[in-house]
Amino acid sequence: MGGSLESPVYSFMSDPRPQTKVVVTGIGVVHALGNSVDDFWNGIIAGKSGIRKIECMDASAYSCQIGAEVVNFDAKACFNNAKDVNRNDRYVHYAVSAGKQAVADAKLDMSQEDPYKVGVLIGSGIGGLETVQEQAWKLKESGPRKVSPFMIPSLIANMASGVMAIEIKAKGPNFAVVSACSTATHALGEAAHMIMRGDADVMIAGGSEGAITHVGYAGFCNMKAMSTGFNDEPERASRPFDAGRDGFVMGDGAGVLVLESEEHAKARGAKIICELSGYAATCDAYHITSPDPEGEGLAYALNRAMAMAKIEPESVDYINAHGTSTPYNDKFETLAIKKVFGEHAYKMPISSTKSMTGHLLGAAGGIEAAICAKVIETGIIPPTINYETPDPDCDLDYVPNVARTGQKVDIAMSNNLGFGGHNATIIFERHK
Amino acid sequence: MSDKSIEERVQEIIVNQLNVNEEQVTPQASFLDDLGADSLDLVELVMAFEEEFKDEIKGEIPESDSEKLQTVGDVVSYIKDKAAG
Repeated sequence: MGGSLESPVYSFMSDPRPQTKVVVTGIGVVHALGNSVDDFWNGIIAGKSGIRKIECMDASAYSCQIGAEVVNFDAKACFNNAKDVNRNDRYVHYAVSAGKQAVADAKLDMSQEDPYKVGVLIGSGIGGLETVQEQAWKLKESGPRKVSPFMIPSLIANMASGVMAIEIKAKGPNFAVVSACSTATHALGEAAHMIMRGDADVMIAGGSEGAITHVGYAGFCNMKAMSTGFNDEPERASRPFDAGRDGFVMGDGAGVLVLESEEHAKARGAKIICELSGYAATCDAYHITSPDPEGEGLAYALNRAMAMAKIEPESVDYINAHGTSTPYNDKFETLAIKKVFGEHAYKMPISSTKSMTGHLLGAAGGIEAAICAKVIETGIIPPTINYETPDPDCDLDYVPNVARTGQKVDIAMSNNLGFGGHNATIIFERHK
Repeated sequence: MSDKSIEERVQEIIVNQLNVNEEQVTPQASFLDDLGADSLDLVELVMAFEEEFKDEIKGEIPESDSEKLQTVGDVVSYIKDKAAG
């Protein structure tokens, strides 16, 4: 459908903007750079890398031996009953921690809410991979009787939403999105639609991942998807848009937002951080793992998201790119941005914070949504670190190496793409 | 081999798995009613008892037996009977 690209956003402008405004009122993050939004954000704007040699397992057999592991994390502090730590995979721990941070940030008091109007949509790209690995080994070594009765509930990718609901007694819409690396962006967009159509007043949405495991590294390394050339210089490994990029670096963690209708937020006197005004999702329908070399599916999603928000391309002030640091992604994402934004593509700051965070797979869109909200709130645009050698295919303003302060960002866009050809983009706007 | 008594070892497993205090783990305490366990916890507890007491039990705890282990005291007596047998 080349025609849709030649007449970009305007072809969708007749779509009505939803009546209900959805706003962000709380943010929570778990990541190597910090297990609170403040610590994480301070790391991001300082241009710090969270990527280190892997310590949670012996990674010496893998071509990639580095990652952004969550550190100094107190799983017991996440749960009402510490017993639940051992009943859940670590991806659930991260989700519940980020979810509770977001709820606290939003000052959401569940005793004052209709529990059926508070939902949870925290996805995971993979789910409890460590649980799968450990229990499969146990099955092989000791037989079926030794497999934990908690294996299935721990590993299923919807359990973060389920456990988060148990913890705060949220009885509204609840399931998970699973779309690999676009999971959290889809989750946030779909959660916004649930609020717009009246299914919920409040949605706790985002993504969580704990895939730094033997199974995860064996699988992704053999796909030739991960960085292999920087095992001795981990902080330099994730280098989106740089000519020397050689693959992504995995990270663990979670990013969760509290979304609610503007009306509901105002009625309870909540602090409104920004608005989630646009969202769109498409599929390349091209290949299981390779992005479409024409960037068509992504371009269509960008246009459609702007149409939902009723904004013109020239009004986008910042893009938080998917920017995985793989040779293909960064090239084709750049192409899609140029198709949609034309000349404005060269004037607008675009950064990949994966240069610092690593790639959190299904949680990436969660922490990057958190970053977009902070960009609008603070006027600070985070850099793409490790940008050293320009690539002729990637010729936009990637905010190399140093954050920009004092910027007025009213509209920020976040892109995430996933294996399966999924494209998802969401737009955040300053609340008016 | 552990120097601890069977009672102490049973108590330790229960404290760890169910996140309860030692004082709660009395012989009369019911797993479901007093110690906050659910059906999944019971399965895991039986697996842990099998592992810790493999020398005493000499094999697996069949389901027909595990269904009868309702209290802490039931478990201690069961293990002692098996060890004696």
